[in-house]
Amino acid sequence: MEWVNAVVQGSLLGGLYALFAAGLSLIFGVMRLVNIAHGDLIVLGAYLGLTVTTLLGLHPLVALILVVPTMALIGYVLQRGILNQTLGKDILPPLLVTFGLSVIIQNALLETYSADPQKMNAGALETASVSVGGLSLGLLPLLTFGIAIVVIASLQWMFYRTALGRAFRATSDNQEIAQLMGLNRRHIFGLAMALALGVTAIAGIMLGIRTSFDPSIGGGRLIFGFEAVIIGGLGNLWGTLIGGVILGVAQTIGAKIDPGWQLLAGHIAFLVILAVRPNGLFPRINE
Amino acid sequence: MAAFLQLDQVSKSFGSVTVADGLSFEVGKGEALGVIGPNGAGKTSMFNLITGTLSPNSGAIHFDGSNITGHSAAKRCRAGMARSFQVPQPFSGMTVFENAMIAATQAGGMQGSEAEEYCIDVLEQTELLDRANVLAGGLTLLGRKRLELTRALCAKPKLLMLDEIAGGLTEAECTSLVQTIKDIHGRGVTIIWIEHVVHALLAVVDKLMVIDFGSKIAEGDPRTIMESPEVQEIYLGIEADA
Repeated sequence: MEWVNAVVQGSLLGGLYALFAAGLSLIFGVMRLVNIAHGDLIVLGAYLGLTVTTLLGLHPLVALILVVPTMALIGYVLQRGILNQTLGKDILPPLLVTFGLSVIIQNALLETYSADPQKMNAGALETASVSVGGLSLGLLPLLTFGIAIVVIASLQWMFYRTALGRAFRATSDNQEIAQLMGLNRRHIFGLAMALALGVTAIAGIMLGIRTSFDPSIGGGRLIFGFEAVIIGGLGNLWGTLIGGVILGVAQTIGAKIDPGWQLLAGHIAFLVILAVRPNGLFPRINE
Repeated sequence: MAAFLQLDQVSKSFGSVTVADGLSFEVGKGEALGVIGPNGAGKTSMFNLITGTLSPNSGAIHFDGSNITGHSAAKRCRAGMARSFQVPQPFSGMTVFENAMIAATQAGGMQGSEAEEYCIDVLEQTELLDRANVLAGGLTLLGRKRLELTRALCAKPKLLMLDEIAGGLTEAECTSLVQTIKDIHGRGVTIIWIEHVVHALLAVVDKLMVIDFGSKIAEGDPRTIMESPEVQEIYLGIEADA
């Protein structure tokens, strides 16, 4: 039963990792941009949530109403102001610029909020749990997992069923032709980054309710996000969710064997999958 | 006839390679202009200059009453220009229908069910309706050529530019494609058509222009132009392997 518990808890943890990864996956899918600052943007989302909750006295989940659009706006401006200029045949400039951005965000957060660990208070939600067949499931992890499914299902629906999704896919497929079809690539990329940072805001707030955070933890979240994306297969959003679950389960099982093994077990699972299936478990068929 | 599209002394060169050399011509509204010339004469570059993929070193381009020389490709497209590519370039990871929908919604400015119905009509015209849900990357050459035409038409263009759309097709395929283009022209769409398959061209166009080394060599009534010694000379070498 303890092992079943580890697997279930790990799966739920995977929901959080999938939220970390969804924005990363979306950005890479639409504009082939690897965003090194993604982890720090998650932490930025958490801090914005903290500011809103302390200033206005709102519940962190209610704060999403303000933080999601703010992060989306930051995303659009960031893309049109800086990142669009780095995109081209060479993949190095966006890597360097987002790396620099990562350093800047970390230091700005350090300057504004200090290095002290912070945590958002979600009240009863943090400790509430339900019993299912002898397992005790935390309401918060269940909620996080549910949100991850809703976010990924919405992104999937948006990509394949809406005009905006078609525009994303067309631009990703052939930028030059997309321009000739009347699509403004700079605007489309701006919208994609806005959407990605909207999702990142949700990830940041769920992170900030679950654990304490400080300005330096972005790098670790970036790694979890990357691992989930790559395990699941690039460009496949449902794959990203499964990637998150595999990573989460590996970590909880590792921790069950020896508490010090939690992170290592996740990385080992990632390396094994990378060695066996270099394109991930569910790569997009046409790539 | 008032000029609908006007190129005025347009020049473009890449280092020592000149693709347009003081190129000037006009197309009237509703007219169909055929363009011929040897390989490397600058025909496709001329399309790139008109659609905004290339910007000229000098000269001006006017379209539908405004100077569009500095406008982006996306803006020109929304103003009513559409083109097909000599080497078909579909969005290969999307279905035929989605390819059509991109053109209809983005370039054609239609929405929802209006766009869907319009695309279905065009797909029927271009005989691709039965392939609507196939990924564009899986089409044959003929299918891709038809998709090029479909996408251009779904943009509801005022000016349709065709780049060797008949090249590589069988005689029967060519005949049906010519009929489709004739019908489109009959509805008042202005057409510029680059083509090596001259008899296909002559069946549709009102006017023929010959370009070589990026400039206009001759322009006028199609049959008169084809009989002129200059054109005979240019085409003597090409006709043999065409």
